[in-house]
Amino acid sequence: MAITQSGQFGRPSPLRLQALPVASTLLGSCLTLLPFVSTAPILPPFGLLMALAWRLLRPEMWGAWIALPLGLADDLITGSAPGTSMTLWTITFLGLDLVDARPMWRDYLLDWWIACGAILFCALGQWAFGAFVAGGGGALWPMIPPTILALLFFPPVARLCALLDRWRLAK
Amino acid sequence: MAPPRHRDRGFSRRIQYGLFIGYVAAGIGVIVGIGLVLIARFDPVAFQGIRGLALDMTTPFSTVTRPIVRGGGSLAGDIGDYFNAASENRRLRDELAEAHRGLIEARVLAFENARLKRTLRLVGDQARPILAARIVGSDLTGPRRFATLAAGRADGIATGQPVRAADGLVGRIAEVGSHASRIVLLTDGGSAVPLRVVRTGEPAIGEGRGEGTLEIHSTIVGGPGFRRGDLLVTSGVGGVYPPDVPVAVVTTTSGEIATALPLAAPARLDFALVLPQAPVPPPVAPPAGRKH
Repeated sequence: MAITQSGQFGRPSPLRLQALPVASTLLGSCLTLLPFVSTAPILPPFGLLMALAWRLLRPEMWGAWIALPLGLADDLITGSAPGTSMTLWTITFLGLDLVDARPMWRDYLLDWWIACGAILFCALGQWAFGAFVAGGGGALWPMIPPTILALLFFPPVARLCALLDRWRLAK
Repeated sequence: MAPPRHRDRGFSRRIQYGLFIGYVAAGIGVIVGIGLVLIARFDPVAFQGIRGLALDMTTPFSTVTRPIVRGGGSLAGDIGDYFNAASENRRLRDELAEAHRGLIEARVLAFENARLKRTLRLVGDQARPILAARIVGSDLTGPRRFATLAAGRADGIATGQPVRAADGLVGRIAEVGSHASRIVLLTDGGSAVPLRVVRTGEPAIGEGRGEGTLEIHSTIVGGPGFRRGDLLVTSGVGGVYPPDVPVAVVTTTSGEIATALPLAAPARLDFALVLPQAPVPPPVAPPAGRKH
């Protein structure tokens, strides 16, 4: 993998710097393709978790617009109506920029709280959009277990992102 | 840790403009996204091409890992079977004896049925399946209930065709790629199937609830109602689904509404049969002579 190796002056290749966060987010979206057939949603939205973790870990890396292609890819992979995650993720990222503009002390616990708000917003929005597109929709409660799982899964995913980030920036 | 100060990047005009354009793009993107959702609502087949392509690209992932997961699942079952062998054996023997009696009765009925049909010159219009294909996965996150079928347009699949398994109805095709397609399961919030109660012949509608069960509404007022254990089959009303495919069994009732469990448990689905879409009757012509 010469293309991902460090350059002449010890700088990681631009491909690794730029592509790793995007690729890992896409891979998170792809986890929904695991070949179980279930009658209720059981997995948390790993694509969203990865995107949030990268955004909170490296605020300067992405503009809010990155959520548009990532969300569209998530829609196409998971089969929800195109535009669902695209809209919700972008609104979430714009909201995170607003949060960043407030001068308050940030630590990992606060990041988790912020991520919790974002996950709840996206879950509710996804249910509402899904119900709107299906023309009726089902009950809300099946969405509750995967959302709680998502809240609990955020810290490990953030850890994973930090690990990937160390490799990404390594010389 | 101090708040990240990445949004004020000094006095470089270029960087400031870049940041601003990023926000404009995000804002426009949100509006476009909402537009896409609106289009998906009012024209469900709008993005057939790109969604089909995405389906084709992602299905191999599920197809390759499916046997591993199924193997793991059945291993646990095999171990349990080993310990329950004796009691299971006794129960099965009883069941077999009972099934034999039922089979003989059914043979008599089948003969009778064939004779009566011949008398009435009824054409046996049981739909012949287009093909049998493997169900390779489903959407595990999100509120919609989809499953993925490893057959697509190249195999003659088209949107709207009903899908059944050996046990009963599974759903209908929602999106088609060239080698994979997506099934809306009966339990999806957007699915509604016209049904008939086998015991009473009462017509009903089964709507998905998004959590594994169907909500059954009677379509006639003051009918005999539902009872726990009632078998529901498709009525064939309105086309799309062929008649007399088993669908679900009523588990609980409350007044006019009942909850039913689909007979084809999606978790154990392996192969599914795709049936040709039953012809939809043409719309009724508007009454004549009412022109203004």
